[in-house]
This record gives sequence, C-alpha cells and structure tokens, in this order.
Amino acid sequence: MAGVVLQVVLVGLGSPLLVGVMRQVRARLEGRAGAGIWQPWRDLRKLMRRQPITPAGTGWMFRAAPLLLPGTALVVASVVPLVTTASPLDGVADLFAVTALLTLGSVALALAGLDTGTAFGGMGASREVTVLALVEPTILLSVFALSVPAGSTNLGDIVTAAAEHPLSLISPVSLLAAVALVIVSIAETGRIPVDNPATHLELTMIHEAMTLEYAGLDLALIEWASAMRLSLLLGLLAGLFAPWGIATAGAGPLALLVAAVVIALKVTVLGGLLAASEVFMAKLRLFRIPELLAGSFLMALLAVAASYFLA
Amino acid sequence: MSLLRKIRKTGRVAEPAPERTLEDLPAAAQLRGSVQIRHVDAGSCNGCEVEIASAFGPVYDGERYGARLVASPRHADALLVTGPVTRNMASALRRTFEAVPEPRLVVALGDCARDCGVFAGAYGVAGAVRDVVPVDLEVPGCPPEPQVIIEALRRMTGR
Repeated sequence: MAGVVLQVVLVGLGSPLLVGVMRQVRARLEGRAGAGIWQPWRDLRKLMRRQPITPAGTGWMFRAAPLLLPGTALVVASVVPLVTTASPLDGVADLFAVTALLTLGSVALALAGLDTGTAFGGMGASREVTVLALVEPTILLSVFALSVPAGSTNLGDIVTAAAEHPLSLISPVSLLAAVALVIVSIAETGRIPVDNPATHLELTMIHEAMTLEYAGLDLALIEWASAMRLSLLLGLLAGLFAPWGIATAGAGPLALLVAAVVIALKVTVLGGLLAASEVFMAKLRLFRIPELLAGSFLMALLAVAASYFLA
Repeated sequence: MSLLRKIRKTGRVAEPAPERTLEDLPAAAQLRGSVQIRHVDAGSCNGCEVEIASAFGPVYDGERYGARLVASPRHADALLVTGPVTRNMASALRRTFEAVPEPRLVVALGDCARDCGVFAGAYGVAGAVRDVVPVDLEVPGCPPEPQVIIEALRRMTGR
C-alpha cells in the first residue's frame, strides 16, 4: 500500500519535472540557456491561481474533461508497476484496464475539443481520434505479446516474470514489442514526429488544438495530466523492458525507496533520450502519421505471432 | 551525425543574461516567474515581429526568464500588441483582450503601438493601442531592439 502511495505521489509531483528536464535538454542542444527544470511547476502554480473560463455555448463535457483526464491518469499511476508490482487494485491492474483508462482520458479531451464548437477544437479532436484509433490497439497488442510468456495480462505479473527471467527479454518478441510501444508512446503523448508540443501554429496542432479554449485551473489540470501520461508511458516502457529494481509484494521501506529512485532515473534517462532525438527530427506530415502508426501496429502484431511460435 | 557535430561545435549561443535596470511590474508578484504571452499583430509592418522572433531566438532566449509565446489568448497572462490598431483589427483586438482570463496585462510594443508612429492619421488607422484596450506597459522603438523587449518581459516575470 505504501508503495502505491509513493508511486502516485512520485508520478504526480515528478511528471512536470520530467517535462522540465526534457525542455531543458532540448534548449541546451539548441544552444539556448533554457528556463530551468522547475518552469513547468512555475507555470502550473501560476495557472492554478488564475480564473478558469467557461466559453459561451459549452456544455458539461467541457467541464468534465479537465477532471477526467488527471483522474484517469492518477488511477493508471496507482496500477502500473513503476515502484512496486503489488497494487491494492490488483484486480484491475491488467493491460486492458490501463489502456481503456488512458483511452477514456483521451476521448474525454477529444469530446471537450468538439464541445467548444470552434474550428480548431473540432479539427484537433478529429486528428486525435485518428491517431487514437491506431495507437490504442498497438499498445494492447504489444503488451499482449509480452503477456504470453508470463501467462497473464496483469501488468504486475508480466513485470515480475520478466524480472525473474531477464533472458526472456532478449528475443525478437520483446524487440518488436519495444519498437511498437516506443512509437505509440510518442504518438499518444503528442511528441515529435507526430505532434509538436511547442508549436504556435494551430493548423499543425493535435493535442494543443483541443485545449485552446481552456484557461486557468482547467488548463493547469490538463497540462499536469498530459505530463503524467507522458511519464506513465515512459515508466511502463522502462518497467516492461528493464524491469530491474521494481519492488515486489512485501518489500520493506528501503526497497521501496530504492525502487522509487531507480524508476525516476530510468524515466529521466528515457525522457532525455526522447527530447534529444526530437532535435534531430522534423514533424511528419499529418497524412504520413497513419503509415507510421500502422507500421508500429504491424510490428506489435508480428510480436504477438512470434510470441506464440517461439513459446 | 553532422548535426551532432554542429551542435557540439556551436555550443551555447545564448548570451549571458544582462543586468536589470528597471523595476518589476506589480503584477510580477502574482505571476512569480511564469508569463504566457499572446502576440497580436494589430496592423504592424512586421518589423516588430522580426524583433520578437529574435527575442525568443537562441541568442536572447526570452524563454529562460519564464516568458513563453502561446497559441491562444485563453492561455495567456499578457497580450503583446504591435502596430497601430487598424480599423479591421480594432474589434479583433478588443475581443482577444476579452478572451484573456483576468488579471490581464497588455504590452504595447513599438512606436506604432504607442502613438501610431509613421502611420498616424492614415485613413485605415483607428488609433494607438491605448485607444482600444487599457495598456499596462509600453515599449518604445521602431522597431524595439530584442534587448529592450527582453527587459520588458523580465519586468513581467520578475526574473
């Protein structure tokens, strides 16, 4: 129980810092000084105290999305094995529940984007759903491929099994699944080459276009939730393909602390790598994105097939 | 790989942060190091835009002080208005101002935004920015140099 509380607190407080680290890495590679890793927290602190605005003509969906998005992210943070594999929500900690929760958040935001009735909100929602339709099945399939050797779709069991037999990770299955999961994580969190989180151009936006009408506390909640989703997906990647240091059931407080430090390090390194690789890439044209995502889906499918043949 | 070599060879482009000469705006105490800015071109010749772009470029790096340009007035704490307000942009500027959540700041950037500059009295010009929306901070210059823009940004972020 203490492990899960630690995990949720770590994700909640650490995610904006991860975004800060990624922006700082990018700034340094571009020759800039950067605003420092605490800047996302400064932005959130300021936004929390500002007036939220409900534009005329918006309905309950617009009000619900800023609550649903961080809500689902926090539930996912309490079931995904980041610090500990022993979640009290063990019954729902399977990959279908986690994917469905992430989808629920995305769909809520897409509907809220539609609800504003602006051209860009609707456009962002339509693009988000296009990406989502290819991303979610790929997440499902690639983790499913990893669940075959473990014999369970429970994420805690998959990670425990992989930590016990680290050699099982060196196989075509995990390679294919890893590549597929990296691509869809980038797409789901709206990073380059699928979406540019720093853009000012409405016409190229996906995620940002849906949040254009939010202000103040609502915007703070959405940005916080986006940061949490990013660190959750990176944490899931780290947990599935480098499952060392994660505390198991019945671990003492010291093991939990070590596990927290290890996962923070792993996610920071992954985030730094992601930010550095973004400097070398341009954004893909929107109509090329389905090709990229269909490719990752194919890899996930091959991973599932391979896991049956190699089992 | 050639890009990596270039990055290593170029190193840091950003110049060291200059000393501050002017005091913070009273709003800086509330914003505490984070200002989101929506830029509105109310009829500018684009001279000021070029200078804004370089103020946020690698050399002056306006983002290091906590200022950031955003895509929506709803996300903004401050409006950065350039150019004399033309008749076509007057109502757009007013509506953008109303879309910004309170408390909001307005920065009139450049001589045109302050007193219409060379466009004063032209048939398409409705007036200076302060004739349309209340202005909190004026930045002189035609166009204002990036360091002057940075100074104005730092008076808002307090960094």
